[in-house]
Amino acid sequence: MEKLLEVKHLKQYFKAGSGKRKLFVKAVDDISFDIYKGEVFGMVGESGCGKTTTGRSIIKLYDATDGEVYFGGKRIGGGIASMIETIKAAKVKAAKEIVGYQPAKLAKAQIIQEAEAQLAQIDPKDIEHVQIVKREKAQKMADLKAKIQADPTKFADNQAEIDKIKAELRTLINVERNKITALKKDNAFRGETLETMKKIQMIFQDPISSLNPRMTVREIIAEGLVVSGVKDRKYIDERVSHFLRVVGLLPEHAFRYPHEFSGGQRQRIGIARALIVEPELLIADEPISALDVSIRAQVINLLKNLQKEYNLTIMFIAHDLSVVKYFSDRIAVMYYGHMVELASSELLFRHPLHQYTKSLLSAIPLPDPHYEKTRKRFTYNPACHNYSATNKPSFVEIEPGHWIMASPSEIEQFKVEMAQSDKDFFEKLTEK
Amino acid sequence: MEKERILEVKDLRISFRTQQGILKAVRGINFELFKGETLAIVGESGSGKSVTSRAIMGISAGNSIHEGGSIYYYNSGIKSFHQVEDSEHAEEEDIIDLMKIDEEHFHKLRGTKISMIFQDPMSSLNPIMKIGKQVSEALYLKLGLSKSEAKVRAIELMNDVGISEPEKRFYQYPFQFSGGMIQRMVIAIALANNAEILICDEPTTALDVTIQAQILELINKKKTERNLSIIFITHDLGVVANMADRVAVMYAGKIVEVGTVDEIFYNPKHPYTWALLSAIPDLDSKETLFAIPGTPPDLHFPPAGDAFAPRNKYAMQIDFEEEPPMFKISETHYAATWLLHPDAPKVEMPSNLKNRIERNLKKARKGA
Repeated sequence: MEKLLEVKHLKQYFKAGSGKRKLFVKAVDDISFDIYKGEVFGMVGESGCGKTTTGRSIIKLYDATDGEVYFGGKRIGGGIASMIETIKAAKVKAAKEIVGYQPAKLAKAQIIQEAEAQLAQIDPKDIEHVQIVKREKAQKMADLKAKIQADPTKFADNQAEIDKIKAELRTLINVERNKITALKKDNAFRGETLETMKKIQMIFQDPISSLNPRMTVREIIAEGLVVSGVKDRKYIDERVSHFLRVVGLLPEHAFRYPHEFSGGQRQRIGIARALIVEPELLIADEPISALDVSIRAQVINLLKNLQKEYNLTIMFIAHDLSVVKYFSDRIAVMYYGHMVELASSELLFRHPLHQYTKSLLSAIPLPDPHYEKTRKRFTYNPACHNYSATNKPSFVEIEPGHWIMASPSEIEQFKVEMAQSDKDFFEKLTEK
Repeated sequence: MEKERILEVKDLRISFRTQQGILKAVRGINFELFKGETLAIVGESGSGKSVTSRAIMGISAGNSIHEGGSIYYYNSGIKSFHQVEDSEHAEEEDIIDLMKIDEEHFHKLRGTKISMIFQDPMSSLNPIMKIGKQVSEALYLKLGLSKSEAKVRAIELMNDVGISEPEKRFYQYPFQFSGGMIQRMVIAIALANNAEILICDEPTTALDVTIQAQILELINKKKTERNLSIIFITHDLGVVANMADRVAVMYAGKIVEVGTVDEIFYNPKHPYTWALLSAIPDLDSKETLFAIPGTPPDLHFPPAGDAFAPRNKYAMQIDFEEEPPMFKISETHYAATWLLHPDAPKVEMPSNLKNRIERNLKKARKGA
């Protein structure tokens, strides 16, 4: 299958606080996945787990901290944090190496270090002691100076080696800087990136606040075309009424304002606005959460029909698992900024492996009283993994198309589990 | 054993004065609540579920008009001057009409006998008051405990609803709690004074699935511990299946179907219930979902006849002309649709829904 969107090691951190209390909220922390052409990619997780942030980073409503996003093979966004880190680390390493080739500087640094170690042990209020240490330090320095003056060749810097290290550092920094410039160029809303970005559109959760109350429906829907430079009024009108009809509204509605519509109709306007620039990828961020039960089915059916009709690829973000299961081909489960499991919806429901996925699946409310009243719920405890330095989790493909965040020891355990549940499943099938 | 009746709503009609005119929010509803049972009221927003529950709590909005009907509260144990006049033995039977008693008497009921949990946990606590104070406030104002006694009791209550380190949490503010924990606190406050009736107005809509399951388990545990009667308002049918003993389906200010949870989910009769059940996918659904066309009616101008008729593909001529009465299906199961009239044509529920119910029943039989 053709990859449409590729996300590689995407990180999105937010700064919180300032000064000493400054900290980074790791909303999305190193996730990688692909979305194939024509599929519906579901994303679930509890609120605050970073699923919406992922969607918004892809469409570049946020500037990604690190990682890369490719659309149709072309890089459209990314972050520069890792390159800056590399440069910093290289500079520190080079500085350390250079000191090794400067005997005079090294000797001085040693004396200062020794004195500081001594001072650290002494109570700073004990002035007499401090004075003694300082005097000793000054004496040693004077001795060293005398030595250097006596034999300058022995203490001369090894300039050739130093230049070599500096040159190496310079080339490395240049390589990284070039990477940064290339990324910044790709990141900017200009040229090719701008053209590519038009192929990604988004539908938002709240149909009330995502439409400007002072614009008519025609203005809202046409804005995408106007911004991309279409000036032909007749053409715009034609497109607007076409897409109004596509989403199940009437062309007459174009001259009304958003407040004149019900929630479901407003969500349709949002969908029409996204469709008018003919996107290939639609990011639907909880499009039905704010809608009433009887209206939800209308919007789900509409999205499903549109997906078939326009061969759209949809990234469907939601927390309602039964809807995600109904709608998606593949499902990714997120937990605290990490992707913990990614599988086709059939596989995920047949044998969920990660503890968190299991707890999530066991909590879905279903309209079946018998099931509900006998349900056993499974609680997730993040401490159950026993992760350690040698038993670190990584995101691995445990069977074709089934990715999971697990440590090596867990993978062994999961494989046994998987074989067992598959056996049960096929036994049930043959029984029928 | 005859179940003990605790609350009875009789032909309740409530309207609101608005700029567009009189909005008829509740248009004559009847139901009963028995001791120790959970009655779920289901319906979409604007169907009048919250208005009903607020009337029971006596906290209707200022622009509401009580057009008629009563809410009888049996065996309250509180002597009142405003007992039911038309009942001969009102004095002995101890019946209060909640629509007639004044605020002063309602004060004795609210919180001590009838409590309520609201939808948004974040906005139902005072953000600038310590959690502990908000719990113990209910205790010393209503039960007359001293402050130190109230604190001990409050910590017990917090422990009871599963808050860890209650002594430390006692001195914290609501913003230091997560949504699920705040909802636990709200439940603790609602149950602080041993209320008999608990009204839950969409208590889990703002919460995540896993947290939602925890809160529902907590409510169920409290219900069996204290023999609570619960009115559970929601639009999530999955939650209803979990919580309810009986279900009332509301549409446009009327109850269209009422029955036990098994009757509603396995043998629904009203087209609106069919539509609601087939509009949500379950884990096995693959076919196209049934979408209810159109939108709910504007209750400023309530339609003649069945309010659901314009959105109902099974509607007959009579549905647009005359309101259907409640037809009896079994002792506990009633539905207001002309389809149940002996002269009506036989109409089966949609095949998708039928298949699903059969699937679920098969599973249930297997499990049992």
